[in-house]
Amino acid sequence: MSGSTPTPSAAAVPQAPSRPGVTAALVVAGLAALIAAPFLFYPVFVMTLLCFALFAAAFNLLLGYTGLLSFGHAAFFGGAAYFTAHAAKVWGWSPELALLLGVAGAAGLGLVMGAVAIRRQGIYFAMVTLALSQMFFFACLQMPFTHGEDGIQSVPRGMLLGLIDLNRPLAMYFFVAAVFVLGLAIIWRIVNSPFGMILKAIRENEQRAISLGYSVARYKLSAFVMSAALAGLAGGLKALVLQFATLTDVAWQMSGEVILMTLLGGIGTMVGPVFGAGLVIALQNRLATSDFPVTIITGLVFMVCVLLFRRGLIGELAASRIGKTLGMRADT
Amino acid sequence: MTDAAMTAEPRVVLSARGLGRDFAGFTAVNNVDLDVRHARIHALIGPNGAGKTTVFNLLTKFLQPTRGRITLMGTDITRMAPDAVARMGLVRSFQISAVFPHLTVLENIRVALQRPAELHRQFWRPLSALDVLNGRAGVLIDELGLTPWRDTRAADLSYGRKRVLEIATTLALDPEVLLLDEPMAGMGHEDVQMVAAIIRELARHRAVLMVEHNLSVVADICDEVTVLQRGEILARGDYATVAADPRVRTAYMGSDA
Ligand SMILES: Nc1ncnc2c1ncn2[C@@H]1O[C@H](COP(=O)(O)OP(=O)(O)O)[C@@H](O)[C@H]1O
Ligand SMILES: [Mg+2]
Repeated sequence: MSGSTPTPSAAAVPQAPSRPGVTAALVVAGLAALIAAPFLFYPVFVMTLLCFALFAAAFNLLLGYTGLLSFGHAAFFGGAAYFTAHAAKVWGWSPELALLLGVAGAAGLGLVMGAVAIRRQGIYFAMVTLALSQMFFFACLQMPFTHGEDGIQSVPRGMLLGLIDLNRPLAMYFFVAAVFVLGLAIIWRIVNSPFGMILKAIRENEQRAISLGYSVARYKLSAFVMSAALAGLAGGLKALVLQFATLTDVAWQMSGEVILMTLLGGIGTMVGPVFGAGLVIALQNRLATSDFPVTIITGLVFMVCVLLFRRGLIGELAASRIGKTLGMRADT
Repeated sequence: MTDAAMTAEPRVVLSARGLGRDFAGFTAVNNVDLDVRHARIHALIGPNGAGKTTVFNLLTKFLQPTRGRITLMGTDITRMAPDAVARMGLVRSFQISAVFPHLTVLENIRVALQRPAELHRQFWRPLSALDVLNGRAGVLIDELGLTPWRDTRAADLSYGRKRVLEIATTLALDPEVLLLDEPMAGMGHEDVQMVAAIIRELARHRAVLMVEHNLSVVADICDEVTVLQRGEILARGDYATVAADPRVRTAYMGSDA
């Protein structure tokens, strides 16, 4: 009975072909918002948000576009934060090199974790990634370079390319914004590439993809490593923004949080995870200063969203009448 | 019945010897010998649950055989992975129609063409890099009469056209051996005739092994028939021989014979 076909994720149902004009308008509006943001909001808040948005988008490359639910992405995000922080602080590396080390480290971790987990299906895949990331968490707790419970503190931002002083708030902001845009552009390119087409085919009907001669495990592993590397980019960036790297970023709660952000915004969409991250971070920011218990509130919001908007906020919008008249598709 | 039958038997491209598979003590397939020949249509028939789909899964390596040996064009493929077998030229369709539902007809076919064209790893190139495949895909789409639906999502096609698309996708790989699992199940009379004609045409240069319940189609287009019952071969030969076999008649009593 292995001829049975897996049902494609109901959430990622593209609508009518997207009009290029709408995409272009969205991109322009997004860039304008990025440029205006530091003048309207507290820059560190916006930068943190961008890091998490990139993290969620990287996660979505795996969940939304490959159909794999990883419960271990904290290892890549938090691991890269440690690598970048260590390189910048202890070795005195420039921020761009420290960031690249974070990306490379996360990719390496992703290759190891992915190689172990990739042949597991569904919930087993999620459990294996969770177990592996917990092992990494305990390794981080024990290894001297992470400074255990204290974490790596006062990470210098340094001089970008030896020229631009990232201690100037606006310089740092535009550096972060540029990395964010670059990260999203890379994800967009991967999704809309010949390789991305094979990923889509595998997600839609894995058995059929095999019968066409594709060794699906390889494509999944490649996507896993790419997603890990991009999550690492986000994590390393966050270490430079907040100037510390701690156990919080490698803990399993962080893996859960990125799932939450992605599902809230809408999996398999480009802007969904960005909005999801924004919502979660803004909510946490608001509630941190109030008496409400943060986790309970975010949990409730999550439940309501999952029940009401099964495609996520952006996915629902794209599927709605408004989205259709705009010519949006669910994977914009 | 066809002029091919008068010439010498063409070469065997796919063969199984003593093929068997157990599921937790239950023997679904046992001691199956099968020879599939070039440019011939070979039918695998039998009542529901006889093990036809399981035989397909074993031959294409989607399932690991418990016993026996499989040879594809002289190579022992008994221990190979299913995607490797597909790359060697043994391509199957599925009992449940297997298209990529949210891709268009053109995209479905291009997915099949991407691998032989070495356009499946490039994550840095735009989708327009695949446009070089449009010519070849267009020819296949045209040959199978799908041109009006070229940019329709596969999910929106009628059932019959989905099956035709599946065949077109399979043909895009130009396989040496085609395994079709109930390609006409659930089709109306006209679609059955169309698909039968397509299969007959594509079998001029390839070996075809198909599971089919519609016995008039089997009588019409198949050169050889193997009857499976409870996982074992009950009879084999051309359709007339098999249909005259009293054991086959008994096995099919109450069924759609
Ligand atoms: N993966 C499996 N696990 C357990 N039993 C199976 C499996 N696949 C098939 N079977 C059993 O093997 C028998 C043959 O099934 P199948 O090959 O689908 O028959 P057919 O295609 O001829 O209708 C059935 O009794 C079925 O229940
Ligand atoms: Mg069957």
